[in-house]
Amino acid sequence: MSPVIPSSGSSDAPTIEASGLRKHYGDVHALAGFDLVAPAGQVTAILGPNGAGKTTFVKAVATLLKPDAGSLRVAGIDAIARPDLVRRVIGLAGQNAAVEPALTGRENLVMVARLFGHDQQAAKAAAQVVLDEIGLSDDADRPVKGYSGGMRRRLDLGASLVGAPKVLLLDEPTTGLDPRTRLELWESIRSLVRGGTDVLLTTQYLEEADQLADHIVIVDHGRVIADGTPTELKTRAGLDVVEVRVRHAADIAAIAEVLAPLGTEPPHIDEPARRVAVPVHDGTKALTEAVRIIGERDIALDDVGLRRPTLDEVFLTLTGAPS
Amino acid sequence: MNTASATSISASIHPPANPPGVWATASTYAGRTIRQFIRTPQLLIVNAVTSTMFLLIFRFVFGGAITTEVKYVNFLIPALAAVSGLFAGGAVGVAEDLESGLFDRLRSLPVPRPAVLLGRSLADTALNAWGTVVTLLVGFLVGFRVNGGLVGALAALALCLVFSTAFTWLMIFLGLVSGSAQAAQGMSFSVFPLIFVSSAYVPVESMPGWLQPIAENQPVTAMVGAVRALTIGGDTEALLGHSTTWFVVRSLLWSAVILVVFAGLSARRFARL
Repeated sequence: MSPVIPSSGSSDAPTIEASGLRKHYGDVHALAGFDLVAPAGQVTAILGPNGAGKTTFVKAVATLLKPDAGSLRVAGIDAIARPDLVRRVIGLAGQNAAVEPALTGRENLVMVARLFGHDQQAAKAAAQVVLDEIGLSDDADRPVKGYSGGMRRRLDLGASLVGAPKVLLLDEPTTGLDPRTRLELWESIRSLVRGGTDVLLTTQYLEEADQLADHIVIVDHGRVIADGTPTELKTRAGLDVVEVRVRHAADIAAIAEVLAPLGTEPPHIDEPARRVAVPVHDGTKALTEAVRIIGERDIALDDVGLRRPTLDEVFLTLTGAPS
Repeated sequence: MNTASATSISASIHPPANPPGVWATASTYAGRTIRQFIRTPQLLIVNAVTSTMFLLIFRFVFGGAITTEVKYVNFLIPALAAVSGLFAGGAVGVAEDLESGLFDRLRSLPVPRPAVLLGRSLADTALNAWGTVVTLLVGFLVGFRVNGGLVGALAALALCLVFSTAFTWLMIFLGLVSGSAQAAQGMSFSVFPLIFVSSAYVPVESMPGWLQPIAENQPVTAMVGAVRALTIGGDTEALLGHSTTWFVVRSLLWSAVILVVFAGLSARRFARL
């Protein structure tokens, strides 16, 4: 593959192409042969539990760390050979809102714009464009210490935009936000995507990946264990779920015993919700059978039904462990 | 919120032709850090109070029990001015920027990475200068006088700046390896032996024999010696044991060594955070 410099037409190249990426810290293999292709023009979400290697991968893409082995291209640029060129086309918003409380919102953005290489005038102009975009123009000249958590995250997102990056890297952008603020930030991210910025984001929230991404990559123990569109992943796990909610918690064990022989795997029990669910092959037949046996045993139910798997269950099926 | 969005970002912001240079990077980060100092008055006040407290305690509590060749206040104040860079706790600010994720962001930008640390050193030197000024002002109030002439006084002040610049790199390194602001606070105390096992507060001759060679040959003794010699003037050989030149040359060599070693270690560490 010929070397590609950022100014050349690399828009057709995948945004990110990682192959056999490895990184270990002592005995911990944060990346254990990580393969990923994030197509251009899309939002790719990396979904996985804490410690799965999500942040390590984002740090490798952001050139904050050097992988031990493997290859990595970002916007067509070899990130291991030319990290300096990668830094000119990426924007990073990490897990914390890395904004300075003593400075105003505008000052924070101008600083980052200057460090991206803009001169003072261009930096001010870029800051203003971004402030309008993230809806912080009215608060731009107040110190950030008076901002709410959601405003800080939005400003942090804005700081990653002042260099007009080709690839936006968002590491757990909504961790720790309340539900309303999370929705606001989702809206900001969606509107960026409509503008054509390629986004790689990591998240522990299945709903977030489902809401924002065209392409979901599920990782565990430093490896990609599944990837596809949200719909594909749901189809892959494929199976309908019979779900029963019992009236008395005492009956949970009995129901689990009834459902176990019908399922493709042991029933999932949600004790506080008094809910037992099991993935099955032939949905309607399994449901009828379950209802018949429950009727014979005379167990009181609140609810019984057949439904498509949630992304949570997809994850569970793929990793063999709760997310 | 504007829904037309990033179309306008990519249309309105043109990526700059070149990445920022060393000076643009250093001055931008230094400017941000100095603004942070100025807008965090607690920081400046704590800095001033700490300097003043040590000064007053040694001047009025311990000073009477310490015998020196020159008036104790003239012995003490130059020493405090020389080491104010070790008291300012610059490691904490560095660790805060590390913890907040700011350093990750800066390292993801197309900046010459060591220039970020240079900016930090400039800003911290400015903060240290504030500590030095406070020390000198309070010093004059409690009886400190310069007898080495104007040239000596200005040279002494310049040396204080050189020393504190060198110490900023030690503090940057401690901040980078500490990992958290709290740990950095603790690690800042690790330099206390350097301050106390020196001629800063008491004459080296008053220490036990085994400790004297250590105290005599460490950087702080050379630095406080140089500032003292320049402010006291007269026959420093007789009063302080060595000539002014001896102290100044040694102190500058030590500063160069500290600066080079810790700037190098810090740059290395910063690249691999």
